[in-house]
Amino acid sequence: MAEVGAQAHGTHHPALQHHFTSLEQQREASSLGMWVFIAQEVLFFGGLFAAYTVYRSMYPDAFSAGSHHLSWKVGFANTLVLIGSSLTMALGVYSAAIGKKNRVVGFILATILLGSVFLSVKYFEYGEKIRPCFGDGAHTGCLVPGARFDASALHLEGPEAGHAQIFFSLYFGMTGLHALHMIIGVPILLVIAHAAWRGRYSPEYHTPVEIVGLYWHFVDIVWIFLFPLLYLIGSH
Amino acid sequence: MSEHHVVSWKVYLAVFLALCALTVITVQVTGHDFGPFNLVVALGVAITKATLVVLYFMHARYSPKLTGIVIASSLVFFAILVFLLLTDYLSRPWPLVAAG
Repeated sequence: MAEVGAQAHGTHHPALQHHFTSLEQQREASSLGMWVFIAQEVLFFGGLFAAYTVYRSMYPDAFSAGSHHLSWKVGFANTLVLIGSSLTMALGVYSAAIGKKNRVVGFILATILLGSVFLSVKYFEYGEKIRPCFGDGAHTGCLVPGARFDASALHLEGPEAGHAQIFFSLYFGMTGLHALHMIIGVPILLVIAHAAWRGRYSPEYHTPVEIVGLYWHFVDIVWIFLFPLLYLIGSH
Repeated sequence: MSEHHVVSWKVYLAVFLALCALTVITVQVTGHDFGPFNLVVALGVAITKATLVVLYFMHARYSPKLTGIVIASSLVFFAILVFLLLTDYLSRPWPLVAAG
């Protein structure tokens, strides 16, 4: 901050916008803005987590049965994939901070790859629950809440079967909103990787890499809570 | 806080390994029936993992105090949301439809 006065107009860093006094102030302002967005996201997802809390406390047996039907092995593997993508993202930001351009591109592409693996697994998980709901037959195994919902695989009858629909409503709602965040994150990462490849970032200025990193890590945190709350209810 | 703090890649690797270990622990605990204790462990492990990600991957530990205030305020408002919701729902007879 001390050399602010020495930065005469026209000689400052090309990335420094005129309404900021220094790159550091600009970086902190951008970072704070992203944190405020993330605080808003906490409450965005928070509404679903609050609904989950209320319904799980009311229908513990239906939630346990629904959770047992999900494959914890798939959820476990996907958790490791997503944590891995957070590691590559963190290393991408680190590489930008020390000025290793090619590594930034590599780590961001690795993050995109791992994110895509996660989404592909989610696609197959959704598919096996949604596919039986189509057609005229018995819809055995259909786990989409609604008229065709089939609770026989959950070994539930009567009102409990209806309560399981609430579990799967929250399952699709929460994992769906989470997946949507990743689907939005991937093209943003692509843009950042492209800009990094073109040499737009340096140890002095790589704020966009840091900002998209904050977003990606937040999405990881949401899954850190979703995994035990959806896949690991009760004992297996 | 004018110095831009760069954390060693070893820290990121250590955090990653800790996150993997905690994920294994939370799955292992689910294999045993500890009653309500299962949920306590599941949430405890998840909160620990989230804290590691926020402090190290998201650099909150090396960020200005204002960042900490934003993080804390989001948690306070989430707590208000859940707390007031539960004081309402848990103090009612349930299910409401049975009465009608």
